[in-house]
Amino acid sequence: MSEIKTYTVSIYTENNVGLLNRISAIFQRRKINIESLNTSISEIEGVSRFTIVINLTEDRVKKVIGQLEKQVEVIKAYYHTDEETIFLETCLFKIKSDLLFEERQIQNIIKESSARIVTVNKEFFVLEKAGRRSEIELLYRELSAFGIMQFTRSGRISVSKEEMKISSMLAEFAD
Amino acid sequence: MDNTQTIKLQDTAVEATQRLTGKEAIIKCLLAEGVDTLYGYPGGAIMPVYDELYKYQDQLHHVLTRHEQGATHAAQGYARVSGKVGVAIATSGPGATNLITGIADAQIDSTPMVCITGQVASHLLGSDAFQETDIIGISTPVTKWNHQITKASEIPEVMAKAFYIAKSGRPGPVLIDITKDAQFEEFDFAYKKCTAVRSYKPVPKLNPEAVKAAADLINNAKKPMIVWGQGVILGQAEEEFKAVVEKSGVPAAWTILGVSAIPTDHPLNVGMVGMHGNYGPNMLTNECDVLIAIGMRFDDRVTGNLETYAKQAKVIHFEIDPAEVNKNVEADIAVLGNSKETLAALLPLLEEKQHTDWHNRFKELYQIEYDKIIKDDITPEKEGLTMGEVLEGINKVSKGDAVIVSDVGQHQMVACRYAKFNQSKSNVTSGGLGTMGFALPAAIGAKMGAPDRPVVAIIGDGGYQMTIQELGTIFQTKVPVKIVVLNNDFLGMVRQWQQLFFDRRYASTELINPDFVAIAKGYFIEAKRVSKREDLAGALEEMLAAEGPYFLEVKVEKEDNVFPMIPTGASVSDIRLE
Repeated sequence: MSEIKTYTVSIYTENNVGLLNRISAIFQRRKINIESLNTSISEIEGVSRFTIVINLTEDRVKKVIGQLEKQVEVIKAYYHTDEETIFLETCLFKIKSDLLFEERQIQNIIKESSARIVTVNKEFFVLEKAGRRSEIELLYRELSAFGIMQFTRSGRISVSKEEMKISSMLAEFAD
Repeated sequence: MDNTQTIKLQDTAVEATQRLTGKEAIIKCLLAEGVDTLYGYPGGAIMPVYDELYKYQDQLHHVLTRHEQGATHAAQGYARVSGKVGVAIATSGPGATNLITGIADAQIDSTPMVCITGQVASHLLGSDAFQETDIIGISTPVTKWNHQITKASEIPEVMAKAFYIAKSGRPGPVLIDITKDAQFEEFDFAYKKCTAVRSYKPVPKLNPEAVKAAADLINNAKKPMIVWGQGVILGQAEEEFKAVVEKSGVPAAWTILGVSAIPTDHPLNVGMVGMHGNYGPNMLTNECDVLIAIGMRFDDRVTGNLETYAKQAKVIHFEIDPAEVNKNVEADIAVLGNSKETLAALLPLLEEKQHTDWHNRFKELYQIEYDKIIKDDITPEKEGLTMGEVLEGINKVSKGDAVIVSDVGQHQMVACRYAKFNQSKSNVTSGGLGTMGFALPAAIGAKMGAPDRPVVAIIGDGGYQMTIQELGTIFQTKVPVKIVVLNNDFLGMVRQWQQLFFDRRYASTELINPDFVAIAKGYFIEAKRVSKREDLAGALEEMLAAEGPYFLEVKVEKEDNVFPMIPTGASVSDIRLE
């Protein structure tokens, strides 16, 4: 048995209502927990991209990829280890504005974490940080001491180091 | 499948545009796809389409089943014997949810089917309107594809896509949900058959190197064995398959969905694999040096314990669905593609061989099985009637020309083991899902799909009562199906397991049954009951000679078991003869 690892699954699909349900059902049926999920447009016009993070053995990932590609509206699915991708998550913190001026420590934390202030008003300011999960978690811990009004973190987004040949596959179809 | 090519050759020209309502457009689409029969049940949200069916009844035969589940199984039966797409239609809400069992059955058994459901008007979607249900969400995991239409203008393209997806590649069920307002809406209709979907590759490209590697392995094998499945039938590759078997001289065994692809009495047919399959092919799976799997998916009922399944053998897997390769059994060589194409490519590369000594091993093991099991099954000397002798009796009368439709349970295993088949597409059964209640409605569809052939439904007393109301459909349509209920007053297979694995604690398996003959007669169906051996042959002859539908109840031994048997989790070579 191969070991459990974190894999990023990238799925190029048609943009149709109901496809998210069809894709998530493939994981649900096999009782695979989705650690994070992001959908967006892709580099190709009219083609959507799912980026899904799962912890699984490689032989099971391969079978899931087979089931994903079997779906009529899935163009192609890939899986990669963390080493094979460039990836990050992004997050937003909403924090009371007076803290920004009263607590010098906060200004240092912001500077050191290379987080960005998105907006400031009388009541609150919003901080945005993109990076690895561990960096975001560190920032979260540091800011918790002062009180966080709201926090949200995105799913992982990632690009692979290797080429994903969707354009040529679609060009082949057009021929 | 070569269906894709056939479609391409057919007329794909755009018909002249017509101003139509959605409901009429649906009928036009069905006609354009060559549909002549559909099975269904009307209700509020699909009534506009039914109103059109009334208008087109000279071109489209709508069969009113007594339950929507029956409609799906009838559509499946029709599809399985004809190779065409089966069509079922129902209303929203409970009408739609009642289709689910049949859809799931068609999905796991790769049966081409298009289901059309009515839906509440689009402005009511999500409002918990009367008979509203999220049938797209509910059917997603059990459909090959599904889609909801809310605008009439979508109808032609979506319907064309539905039929294309249902029958191309590895076939499967498609569900199209159409809101009531879309059925009434007018639009400019033009129909164009679908020949491709960009995100969908129904048939993988043939890899000649894989075919060559497979041929080399087969040519050098000392103890090769074929296990074939429904892929041979779905690929319409019966001739190519027969040629491959005969030229290579490789003993060939079948799964229950593969049987009838070549005639039962073919000398190289060595029988059935799996839980209640034949002794020889199961034992020798763990002795062969090359296992050639053709159009089958290594279901757990076929393989038993995977850890001990054919570990000594090199495995060649001929398969249309890439997701099946290495799913359960690792393939040393995978030959992807439609079986008709892959087997045709393989044939010229094969050396002519006869594996006489090896083939004799199958014959020796058959003899052991015959002496210990088969003889007492088909020519019993004990007082009680056996299921096996009923099948043997049917073989004698039908001469192997009948379509056998079986339900699920002991009688199904007996039917698959003992029924003789001369031609392909003759065994219709619920294989993957194991749906009790499948056979009676499936037999209706099978008879309509193969009107020139005798169709015999073999059903247990349990499964029969799950869809017994379809006797009404038989009575109303006069479809001349022959129904044989093998009645042991038990849920026989569950009882067998209770006997073998649960210390004979027969929890909820004994059935107090009604008078089945009286029920059939209540539907004005000719009916008879047999409980003595001397009456059996005559009754079977009378049944098959009858013009119309016929019901025959055979009272069989109450506590007979089906053997051989591979207990769950055991190895194929641990098959038990008693």
